[in-house]
Amino acid sequence: MTINIGTMIPAAPTAPVDVAVEAQQPKRSFGTLPISLATIAVIIAAWSLASAYGVVSPLFLPSPWTVLKAIHGVAVNGFVDSTLAQHTFASLLRIFAALAASIVIGIPAGLAIGTSRIGKGILDPIVEFLRPLPPLAYLPLIIIWIGIGEASKITVISLAMLPPIILSTAAGVKSAPADFINAARSFGATRLQILLQVILPSAIPSILTGTRIALGAGWSTLVAAELVAASRGLGFMIQSAAQFLVTDIVIAGIVVIAAIAFLLEILARLLERWFVPWAAHR
Amino acid sequence: MSVLSLQSVSLAFPADRDSHQTRLVLDGVTLHLASDEFIAVIGRSGSGKTSLLNLAAGFLKPTSGRISVDGVDIAGPDADRAVVFQDDALYPWLNARDNVAFPLKLRGIAKRERRLRANGLLAKVGLENAGAKNIWELSGGMRQRVGIARALASEPRFLLLDEPLGALDALTRARLQQFLLKVWSDSKTGALLITHSIEEAILLATRVVVLAPNPGRIVADIPASFGRQLLAGKSLPELKDTPEYRRLHDGLTGLIHADAEEDAA
Repeated sequence: MTINIGTMIPAAPTAPVDVAVEAQQPKRSFGTLPISLATIAVIIAAWSLASAYGVVSPLFLPSPWTVLKAIHGVAVNGFVDSTLAQHTFASLLRIFAALAASIVIGIPAGLAIGTSRIGKGILDPIVEFLRPLPPLAYLPLIIIWIGIGEASKITVISLAMLPPIILSTAAGVKSAPADFINAARSFGATRLQILLQVILPSAIPSILTGTRIALGAGWSTLVAAELVAASRGLGFMIQSAAQFLVTDIVIAGIVVIAAIAFLLEILARLLERWFVPWAAHR
Repeated sequence: MSVLSLQSVSLAFPADRDSHQTRLVLDGVTLHLASDEFIAVIGRSGSGKTSLLNLAAGFLKPTSGRISVDGVDIAGPDADRAVVFQDDALYPWLNARDNVAFPLKLRGIAKRERRLRANGLLAKVGLENAGAKNIWELSGGMRQRVGIARALASEPRFLLLDEPLGALDALTRARLQQFLLKVWSDSKTGALLITHSIEEAILLATRVVVLAPNPGRIVADIPASFGRQLLAGKSLPELKDTPEYRRLHDGLTGLIHADAEEDAA
């Protein structure tokens, strides 16, 4: 339950304010979207002007139009042996393989932390050691251990995704209402039935939120891992382009990475709405 | 016939987190609930009403004393004592029918059979058309009826009702009281109802038990017959107009009130 400081102010003065806020709601339905769109337009305009008037050398900042052409060029002709679609596919494959691995490991680990003293005692220090580490700090070690192939990249991305999934699962487990568990107990549920049929479902909204955070963490780790060691992928594409000073492709890669991260976020939110429509009504 | 027995049951909680001192919540409570009885427990906040129910359900263990069903000590919560909660405790990820079928699923009953029985129970509580509805689409009164149907699905010998009507508006509450009475008399289960409302206690129960606080103890255990009269077709205004009703109501009010004054003094 969230406790809002505002609601603790005596009722009389707040009542008219509440009415006013509610009355404004229809007008504010656009939210901040127009302002955000205007901001983006201004940035692109400034960027265009800066490159059109030669304020910055095209080597450092190619025009937006050049970047668009670069995206088209990479999509059709490719760059370093692969098309944009192939680079993107290679990256997405890694992220989803890592996501699958970290869900399979993370959810049981989170359940163990949330429900068992022994589980918490064993896993807490491991998670707390891993969580604050930047993944690039242990990437070289992982490469020494398991080589430079796909396995090492997927391992590093999984390690980056694990803490948010484990911690959100544990938090979801702990927030399962006592009445939900007691109800099941009074109908004769076993411990395993309570875990799988009451605690796990009631933790799913929290798990999905954790997965969304993990996707964000995984995506940034992925690009970084590909910068270091890969022969295909968006991070690799940027790194190669930078070595040849092909700045338009560097920027094109950044734009594509941002666009995919944005789409993943939207996908995760859609999944939340689809899987746990009840979370909003809790 | 089964009997749920609490014998000289006391319950103490730690007074605060760091001290070893304890606070006595219930002191030497003895109460026997037979499976044809409807006991209502009333008392002011802090008199240990809900703790009493949690002990009977097996959610809490008594500090001393025995809790048994037909002479066998209870080991914890079990399907023979189903609980209906004040905040309904329905599972929002299940629709109304699957909530009712939940206790059947725990017992490994096949899906078709579950559906059939859940539909029957929903019809019994007047919600035959609400089976596919999501929990959040139901009103408070409907949710409590689903909660009662779910408790009945586990075919308990005792229904433990923890202020199930406490959060409802007066009209819905009055309707659900009658409904509860009918469910109880049809289902042949013993009922233990925790309530704040003297009127509700008198109208539903075959025995009204009064708890006094600090520490919680039974100060009165009074038989009542208004529920049976209601079931026999007597109207509510007619019943409330009888001297017997008023005497019991005044008597119970006095008991609870006297105790409040003693506290203030």
